[in-house]
Amino acid sequence: MFDGFYNAFWFLLIGVVFVLANLFLSSLIRPAAPEPLKLTPYECGEESQGTGFVRFNPRFYIIALVFLIFDIETVFIFPWAVVLKGAGVHVLIHMVIFLTILAVGLVYSWGKGDLDWIKQPTRW
Amino acid sequence: MVTWLAEHVFQAIAETIFPFIASWTWIPWYTIALVHVAGAVIGVITVLAMFLIWLERKVSAHIQDRLGPMRVGGWHGWAQSIADGIKLLLKEDIIPAMADRPLFILAPIIVFAVSFMSFVVLPFSQVIIVSDLNIGILYVYGLSTITVIAIMVAGWASNNKWSLYGAVRSAAQLVSYEVPVGLSLLAGVVMAGSLSTVDISLQQSGGIWNWFVWRCFPFSFFAALMLYIGGLAETNRTPFDLAEAESELVSGYHTEYSGFRFSLFFLAEYANMFIASALVVILFLGGFTGIVPVSFVPDVVAGPFWFLSKTLFLVFVMMWIRWTLPRLRVDQLMSTCWKYLIPLALVNLGIIGLWTSLHG
Repeated sequence: MFDGFYNAFWFLLIGVVFVLANLFLSSLIRPAAPEPLKLTPYECGEESQGTGFVRFNPRFYIIALVFLIFDIETVFIFPWAVVLKGAGVHVLIHMVIFLTILAVGLVYSWGKGDLDWIKQPTRW
Repeated sequence: MVTWLAEHVFQAIAETIFPFIASWTWIPWYTIALVHVAGAVIGVITVLAMFLIWLERKVSAHIQDRLGPMRVGGWHGWAQSIADGIKLLLKEDIIPAMADRPLFILAPIIVFAVSFMSFVVLPFSQVIIVSDLNIGILYVYGLSTITVIAIMVAGWASNNKWSLYGAVRSAAQLVSYEVPVGLSLLAGVVMAGSLSTVDISLQQSGGIWNWFVWRCFPFSFFAALMLYIGGLAETNRTPFDLAEAESELVSGYHTEYSGFRFSLFFLAEYANMFIASALVVILFLGGFTGIVPVSFVPDVVAGPFWFLSKTLFLVFVMMWIRWTLPRLRVDQLMSTCWKYLIPLALVNLGIIGLWTSLHG
């Protein structure tokens, strides 16, 4: 049914139901004795300072951006991969051109220093 | 008096409830069968994860020249995982004071549900598969990306700086290694000409010489290797386990989780290891087809035997690598992915595409 996704949907439902049922079972047999010290965040024994919502380095945002480009590229390659078998070099050349354009983008961000963990300032 | 009351009360209850239950024939038979199959798969995953946790402890122990669990259950501590599972059910469930409660509860549910959904397309034999989706490989690839969201949610909702740093690093690592995994998956798909897992496995039938891993030697071997290394990185295993490194970030994004919620992350990690190894087996090592074609054993017996033995061997190699190699630094991890694996994967895909378009 629905090309097999009916089964996938029921697997999702049953996965969620399994987790909730087990949490319910666990709530019946586990102790519940909340104390203020137990509810503080764990920092290897030190007193926690400030909130947990700290700022983090924007390099993670750059990594996510570059991943987005390559992920969409991968999604575009999927249909081509399925029809390539025995289709001739003509079909291949189209995709090689596409991959080359994206590889140039990779080389650019590599040269600009975006792929380094600690970005060195570039002069171009 | 009492008997009269009991008789009439029970009669009233029976008369109202039984017709209601008997009218549940609107649930179709295939849904009921599917619920049973899903329950069976949950049983398989749970037993598998418990077995793999025990195996990990034994393998790590023997590599470190010690013995590991020996007492629980008698023979080499085989019941150790069962005891640990029950223990985790009995632990107190602590949700930190300022944590985001709905998100805190949601994260392990997403992680487990996504791993569980990936078992729909694993072919244990030509007919023993929950649902032979015609886009099986794309389905599994998409699901593995949802895990990243769940990890970010877990790290954010814990209200712990170190959990957040661990989650963000882990998300950056997972997201970076999605690209070589996708390109290596595509190399396998190009050789097969189909995204259906059963179809890809059947094209490698007939013996070990038909497997895709030697079909375009050495490039398909590189693709299999990159898929395996990417799988190691996707499941946060050493040498890529900076996000949950015991010596650095305590436990990364699952520091604040206790009891059954923690065991869900663990269960999902071992299920993901199984799925990553299963992907390599399906795409490059023949899936459920055998090393030599045997005709006297029925397919429903031989198929699961070959599939499980190959997949569990690869899972064992994952554990072997974990306890042998040191951990990579985070900048080495990122540069390995972006500067070495991705150019190699692109060139590899191009060459395998050239071979396939000519030879098909």
